[in-house]
Amino acid sequence: MDKIEKNLLEQVADLHEVPAGAYNIRSNGKLAKRNTTANIDIVTKEDKQGIDIIIKPGTKNESVHIPVILSESGYQDLVYNDFYIGEDCDVTIIAGCGIHNCGVDTSKHDGIHTFYVKKNARVRYVEKHYGEGDGRGENVMNPTTVVHLDENAVLEMETTQIKGIDSTNRITRGTLKEGASLEVKEKIMTHGSQYARTEFEVDLNGENCSANVISRSVARDDSKQEFFSRINGNAACAGHSECDAIIMDHSQVTASPQLTANHVDASLIHEAAIGKIAGEQLIKLMTLGLTEEEAEQQIISGFLK
Amino acid sequence: MLELRDISYEVEDDREHREILKNINLTIDDHFVAITGPNGGGKSTLAKLIAGIITPTSGQIFLDGREITNLNITERAKAGISYAFQQPVHFKGLTVKDLITLAAGYSVNVSEICDILSEVGLCAREYIDREINNSLSGGELKRIEIAMVIARGTTLSIFDEPEAGIDLWSFNSLIHVFEKMRKEINGMILIISHQERILNVADKIVLIKDGEVSAMGTKEEVLPMLLNGSGTCKTLIDKTI
Repeated sequence: MDKIEKNLLEQVADLHEVPAGAYNIRSNGKLAKRNTTANIDIVTKEDKQGIDIIIKPGTKNESVHIPVILSESGYQDLVYNDFYIGEDCDVTIIAGCGIHNCGVDTSKHDGIHTFYVKKNARVRYVEKHYGEGDGRGENVMNPTTVVHLDENAVLEMETTQIKGIDSTNRITRGTLKEGASLEVKEKIMTHGSQYARTEFEVDLNGENCSANVISRSVARDDSKQEFFSRINGNAACAGHSECDAIIMDHSQVTASPQLTANHVDASLIHEAAIGKIAGEQLIKLMTLGLTEEEAEQQIISGFLK
Repeated sequence: MLELRDISYEVEDDREHREILKNINLTIDDHFVAITGPNGGGKSTLAKLIAGIITPTSGQIFLDGREITNLNITERAKAGISYAFQQPVHFKGLTVKDLITLAAGYSVNVSEICDILSEVGLCAREYIDREINNSLSGGELKRIEIAMVIARGTTLSIFDEPEAGIDLWSFNSLIHVFEKMRKEINGMILIISHQERILNVADKIVLIKDGEVSAMGTKEEVLPMLLNGSGTCKTLIDKTI
């Protein structure tokens, strides 16, 4: 693995070396390294690109890293990864994609991740998207995450895109059975003329299931962001979505929440706020001795922390 | 020493010209000075002028003999001025530890944060990782605002109505915070307040009314004037006395 690839791995998976536990590192469309454990199996799909990650029931405190890196300019990748999480598991899955594009062609990674989470299992899913490269070629990522939660299953998803992705269409869908819980935290920052679209759709089908979607974003320069969320309450359930955006320079942000209650005991809430950094926040930090630029930097990094 | 020379501040409001402050001349070299006076009299404007948040229409400001009139907010902060807002600002994502660290200007460790927060009656263990947002009560936010000023330890600390918007229980402990600060802190404390209990702690009281310094002196000299002002109704005076 060369320096560029090592840096990408560090950015998307906080990996400095080979991780502990199960992992599958995909580099420019090929398997670079894989490790399985007694409880976590990783199998290459035979009918299409991608892998199946199978986690035995009752597996606790184990993790799986599945980073993808693209360092050949113009490489276009479409991958299907399916996760089968057994009953009563408690695991962490760290995905992420890093692109280094120093050429003129568009590099693209479309990852479709589907989670089948069995009863009472608990999953923390972390994904980071990062791009770099001094070429004129665009970095494009379109991650799709589909989550099926059985009774009392819990999935917490943290998704972050801070730098270097020119265009992204991020789709997350979920179906929840009784007592299941889905929590999604998204952080996005766009620069230049980047475009980011986020789409959430969650069906709350089981009694006492709940979904909480929190999106925090910063749009700078001439970038454009769109946020669409649809929460469908089909039972006695609780749904909450929150879209909070800081708009700067000449950027544009759209927030379009939709709540549908198909059951009298569905309790659904949406909060959306778009605005520039409040002047009083800048002034407060300046009275502590920060310059206006330093204050802005602190406010943004805190907001996206 | 803080010196204001011929400070005026005028605004155009709905095409109407208004003088908020009129030729203020004020020298402050006491340890603990309270500014008081009726609402709308110009007290907060004066505090903002000293901190550099607004610029005077005319006049000069000196801190320890150095003219600071043309310094911006950051430069004044670095010159030794701290300012606790009347209404603390919320920050999504920034924690108590983040703000205390920014205020101190270096990477403070947990025991230093504990020292600072305990000064304002907060337990570091409970507060250090709390976000500065509306999950904190008005009283808690005020104390954190004051803690930031303590963390800075500057020549001049300005507090704009620390009692505003807090409940009675928080107010009682706030008084103790200022009594303690009076004893322990070097440098000048300038506090804008309507509260007699805070005015009682002051070495000097400045009464600002209609944009002018209408009285200045010890509490024995100024407090009676506050109660016997022409605008105060007799029943209220009788009840207060």
